[in-house]
Amino acid sequence: MLEIRNLHVAIEDGSKKILNGLDLTIHNGEVAAIMGPNGSGKSTLSYVIAGKPDYEILDGEILLDGENLLEMEADARAAAGVFLAFQYPLEIPGVATMTFLKAAMNAQSRARGEGELKTPDFMRRVKLGAEKLGIPQEMLRRGLNVGFSGGEKKRMEILQMALLEPSIGILDETDSGLDIDALKIVSEGVNALRSADRSFLVITHYQRLLNYIVPDTVHVMSKGRIVKTGGKELALELEANGYADYVSDVAA
Amino acid sequence: MASVTPLKTAAELSLLAQAEGSKSVRQNSFARYAAKGLPHRRVEAYHYTDIRALLKNAPAPAQKAGVIPTHFAFNEIDACVITLIDGQLTAVPTNPLAGVSMNISDEMPDDGLAARSVFPSDGDPIIALNAAFVHRTLRIVVDAGCAIEKPVLLRCITTGAVSAYSRVAVEVANGASMTLIECHECASGGLTNSVVEIAAGDDVSVEHIRVNLGDKDATVLTSFGGRMGARSALTSGNFVTGGALSRHQVFLRFEGEGATAAISGASLLKDRQQADTTLVVDHSVPECVSREHFAHVLDGEATGVFQGKIIVRPHAQKTDGKMMSRAVLLADGATMNNKPELEIFADDVQCGHGATVGALDDDLLFYLRARGLPKPEAEALMLQAFVGEALEMIAHEGMRERLEWLSETWLKARG
Repeated sequence: MLEIRNLHVAIEDGSKKILNGLDLTIHNGEVAAIMGPNGSGKSTLSYVIAGKPDYEILDGEILLDGENLLEMEADARAAAGVFLAFQYPLEIPGVATMTFLKAAMNAQSRARGEGELKTPDFMRRVKLGAEKLGIPQEMLRRGLNVGFSGGEKKRMEILQMALLEPSIGILDETDSGLDIDALKIVSEGVNALRSADRSFLVITHYQRLLNYIVPDTVHVMSKGRIVKTGGKELALELEANGYADYVSDVAA
Repeated sequence: MASVTPLKTAAELSLLAQAEGSKSVRQNSFARYAAKGLPHRRVEAYHYTDIRALLKNAPAPAQKAGVIPTHFAFNEIDACVITLIDGQLTAVPTNPLAGVSMNISDEMPDDGLAARSVFPSDGDPIIALNAAFVHRTLRIVVDAGCAIEKPVLLRCITTGAVSAYSRVAVEVANGASMTLIECHECASGGLTNSVVEIAAGDDVSVEHIRVNLGDKDATVLTSFGGRMGARSALTSGNFVTGGALSRHQVFLRFEGEGATAAISGASLLKDRQQADTTLVVDHSVPECVSREHFAHVLDGEATGVFQGKIIVRPHAQKTDGKMMSRAVLLADGATMNNKPELEIFADDVQCGHGATVGALDDDLLFYLRARGLPKPEAEALMLQAFVGEALEMIAHEGMRERLEWLSETWLKARG
């Protein structure tokens, strides 16, 4: 279970406050969607949960299964079960995708006090996961994300999530830049990972993604807070009416 | 003569004493060096690597060969190994490779060697010192049309606080190919000064790799001269983790149309190490392509120096030259000096250079850490990739993998 209580966050130099007392609870097995206009703090929230160092936490706490994430470095949070699928996955020339995947999986196993994966097991898992997401073997030999299309990068994020088996998967505008076919593949990849002990936080501008990844709860975010919470029908309502009802001074 | 600079540092005084005390020293070459003394910061080519200030003393040339260290980083490379211990060159392999002949020449290295004219005409003091003190030249000739699969590996060892001078002259005849590796192991307090010259004919393919694995207080000064014939291809890589002071000079001239060169370097330095790569690529004929990529990883109070000059002569049209130097500074005390230069006298060319100095990318670091990699491991992976960009220009797979492994080891030791 992920519990965020009264979270206040500014960017590092303190010049601008982005999150203003945000409260959010996501239960195990729950898929929560956050929708909101540009600048409402959605991406900041995802970065703060994952442990990006550019922010100053002014108040509040983030607990994952009772553990205080804010006291951990980003890599410790990953080992504790946090996975952030980036809106813009980064390219790492010179690091073969396979090398990276193995390093990440082994680092997390080590941090949890488990043994490293045996190479044949690792290869089998990657091959299986890649096939499901339509990722050709050739891509796995290339530098991570180097020369990948937007859709390929997003599929690679989902592959990483599948291999790392987090307890909470955060999808930061995973639908951006995807055509309808890629959106379906990515959504199927996510849906295949849904389980009773894994929750998701799906951040999106548009309702479209939520046709494929059907959420249990929908939260509307504005000015750094959750201003409305509802079921999946709330997404449809937002699609029809825009955010104007929730964001008085922002044009929908 | 009024222009003679007085010899005054301890190192300069020892060199003078060594020259006077030795019968074998070549006085003409020594005089050329002595006219200017050790190069210092007011000499343009040595502005960032002030040898006079950095070289505390010049140990005497070794009288006899010391003991070969048992550990050798490139033991597993299948190569024709020639060991030069303390500059003593006494024998060449009894079973040289088919198509390759080797001999030891006592002749003055000033005379007759094919690549000589590529070195600076006004006399480089490091090369002049080599010419003054070197005993013998190892000559290697590769016959026309012979593709030599097995690399020739020069294992240059300086075993203690002595100076070792060596010189190798290679001629690669038309249509032949070969790989030449020079690996420098220099003990603390030792001074290595080596010159390698390669004269490549037409349609030749040559790979040259220089590695400096010197001990903590070693000084390793190396010069490489290459003359490239028409449609020939050269790759030349430099790898440095060792030594207190390292300078590698590359002088390359295209003399036949349609030739290509890929010149690269990777230096990983810490503490107060300094490594300098000085490069002159002379496009004297049309339609040649050169690519240069140099990577420095600098920790502690280390200093990296890259001076690269691409010259395009007036008639060298369709020249394509691109030079890049990138440095990552891992500590506040680390310094990188970049001096890229283009001298273009032709009007139909594509030339460019770039130089970057910076820290590791924070966003990339976060991406890796968000996947569970602890900071030292994430940094090592990024640095491995950074160095890998330079190393991947090395064609010999075994050497490339070995150098990747050596960088990985360096990075792990850091974490």
